[in-house]
Amino acid sequence: MPRIRKVRRLSTRDKIVLTAMVAIPTLIELVFVWLPTLFSIGLSFTRWNGLDLTDIHPAGLANYQYVAQNYPPFWPAVQHNILWLLFLGIIATPLGLLLAVLLDQQIRGSRIYQSIFFAPVMLSLALVGAIWQLFYQRDHGLLNFLLGTAGTPAAVDWFGDSNVNIWAALVAATWRHAGYVMLLYLAGLKGVDPALKEAAAIDGANAYQTFFRVVFPAMRPINIVIVVITIIESLRAFDIVYVINRGTNGLELISALVIQNLVGEGQVIGVGSALATILLVISLVPIIFYLTRTFGKEAKEQ
Amino acid sequence: MDTRSRSSFSPSRPLPPIDRRTVLKTLGLGAVGLAGVPLLSACTGGAGPAGGSSKSLTFGSSASDDVPKRAYQAVVDAFQKKESATVTVNTVSHNDFQNKINSYLEGSPDDAFTWFAGYRMQYYAGKGLLAPIDDVWQQIGSNFSDALKKASTGPDGKMYFVPNYNYPWGFFYRKSFWSEKGYAVPTTFDELKTLAAKMKGDGIIPIGFADKDGWPAMGTFDYINMRLNGYQFHVDLCAHKESWNQPKVQAVFDTWKALLPYQDPGALGQTWQDAAQFLGQKKTGMYLLGSFVTQQFTDKTILDDIDFFPFPAIAVEGQDAIEAPIDGLLLSKKGGQNQTAKDFLQFMGTPEAQNTYYSIDSSNIATAKGADTSKFTPLNKKCADAIANAKHISQFFDRDALPAMANNVMIPALQSFIKDGTVDIKNLESQAASLYAAQ
Repeated sequence: MPRIRKVRRLSTRDKIVLTAMVAIPTLIELVFVWLPTLFSIGLSFTRWNGLDLTDIHPAGLANYQYVAQNYPPFWPAVQHNILWLLFLGIIATPLGLLLAVLLDQQIRGSRIYQSIFFAPVMLSLALVGAIWQLFYQRDHGLLNFLLGTAGTPAAVDWFGDSNVNIWAALVAATWRHAGYVMLLYLAGLKGVDPALKEAAAIDGANAYQTFFRVVFPAMRPINIVIVVITIIESLRAFDIVYVINRGTNGLELISALVIQNLVGEGQVIGVGSALATILLVISLVPIIFYLTRTFGKEAKEQ
Repeated sequence: MDTRSRSSFSPSRPLPPIDRRTVLKTLGLGAVGLAGVPLLSACTGGAGPAGGSSKSLTFGSSASDDVPKRAYQAVVDAFQKKESATVTVNTVSHNDFQNKINSYLEGSPDDAFTWFAGYRMQYYAGKGLLAPIDDVWQQIGSNFSDALKKASTGPDGKMYFVPNYNYPWGFFYRKSFWSEKGYAVPTTFDELKTLAAKMKGDGIIPIGFADKDGWPAMGTFDYINMRLNGYQFHVDLCAHKESWNQPKVQAVFDTWKALLPYQDPGALGQTWQDAAQFLGQKKTGMYLLGSFVTQQFTDKTILDDIDFFPFPAIAVEGQDAIEAPIDGLLLSKKGGQNQTAKDFLQFMGTPEAQNTYYSIDSSNIATAKGADTSKFTPLNKKCADAIANAKHISQFFDRDALPAMANNVMIPALQSFIKDGTVDIKNLESQAASLYAAQ
């Protein structure tokens, strides 16, 4: 009862402000996130040429069947997305952590190194493309020059050879991702109470033990964020492959296929929506799993 | 996304990130478009008064690059002066224009607008989004060859399109290099293979090739298909009146396979601009592409040294069919009620207007008979003759076929064929069946 009385004490102005503060974000969320999502899911069960609304015909599961059985780039795209997740999770993210730990020491010029590693995160896509072109170009690229193969038939075609271009793209993606992760971990490391480290040192722990037994577990909230970011980054990976060759010839990713099918003259709304829905479901699974596990555990501990 | 870089007024772009921006923009617009807001109408200005007392029309142009933009403006100026009419030109970046053509035509399009011949035009005519212009063609019909007339006809037999310019596809090469090495122009496929083998023996890459963007390989496919199975088969296959899963299609790939060892093995990693440079540097012997390849030769001595020959004969129809994409004008459904818009299209179909266009944009060939050819370079003249003498003009795979078929099916299929020489025609057919059914 006292609660209700408390609410009643809100003035009309308060009520208007509160309503607006709740309603406007909800509306934005509804219009820009939920409605398009629901439309996409709905359209994935139809055939539509994108022209007249009366041309929308129900198609049942035909689009999903088409994607899974007849659309050659689909399964390579799924594999590449998984590879992307594993690569970021096993190599890029730990690399970011390593950089953060190293730069957290009292080394001279730490700020400069931080800026250098973080720079790629801020660069525009055009620049990222230009920079990696310099490394990877077949005839004049730095890599082939260092390998001594530039201008010879043995030159590796880093972007054109479908056996190697996914790795070339992953290295470029790591270049950006590691800097991002580094920054988050640097913030996390700063937030760890130094007293914990001192206590560990007094107890006779070496640097290795201090980090993995004390500091790393203490950064739990950051770790959750990093895992979620890594999963999201690997699923929405798009820009680098799109810059290289628009996600064809060995660089297929589900996100790139969604774009190919939904945008432009070649639009097949049904198929593109089906791909987008598949991507949505895939993204939800690991994130829901991880979040419920993590937060569930936390709830139990309290 | 792919095809516009071929359009002759597209400048060379070493980096595609601009495309991504376009994609994002399109995504944003697409999302709003779903909500039922015909965005393009915002920039099309007010509706032209149909049949009003003052003569006016709106003209939607995708010629957003400097040279073609000025060229179209010159045509518009000439028309305004001649007819004392008012033309409102709405120029949209050509990538955006193509990406949004669907919502454009469904929304409130301009009276007249730039577009392409072939299935790409017929598709929208079939959907009833264009106005037939048979009356215009009665006036300008004699200015065009039969092949151009055929390319301007809709699926219902009515006329819809007025051609402005086109450009042929063929093998381009350096004259001095060939005479130095003693190479002769091949007229049959066997001669082509023999020549290619000789070039390979001389340590150069016989046939320049680039397919990073996905569409250039369609040119090779189209030509082999037309030379093997005839022009009509090409059209029917593109319109999916013929099945992909048949020996005739397999034969195209089998024939092509004999040529693969002579095409640049680095094709999948380079753009047509890259490959054009190798031709200029005499690293490749010849290059099958549209005549827009010459835009890449800024050095005049190289440009003057470039010549071309049509794709050699294989089985049927000899060398009578030529791949020459045609760009021109269409009337929207609304524009069909505006006599001034019809007059504008009629004007575009005259040698006078096409001369005006050519006086500024000389990288393309005017289509009207009687257009002034006195300023043509010898290469331009040869291109024009090749088109004029052709019995059939094909567009290009992505203009003759359903765009989704070209972009989503053929690009990956051709890229994987280039890689290992295999293709699954059964899968091509099942994809085609599904995509064409969705339209």
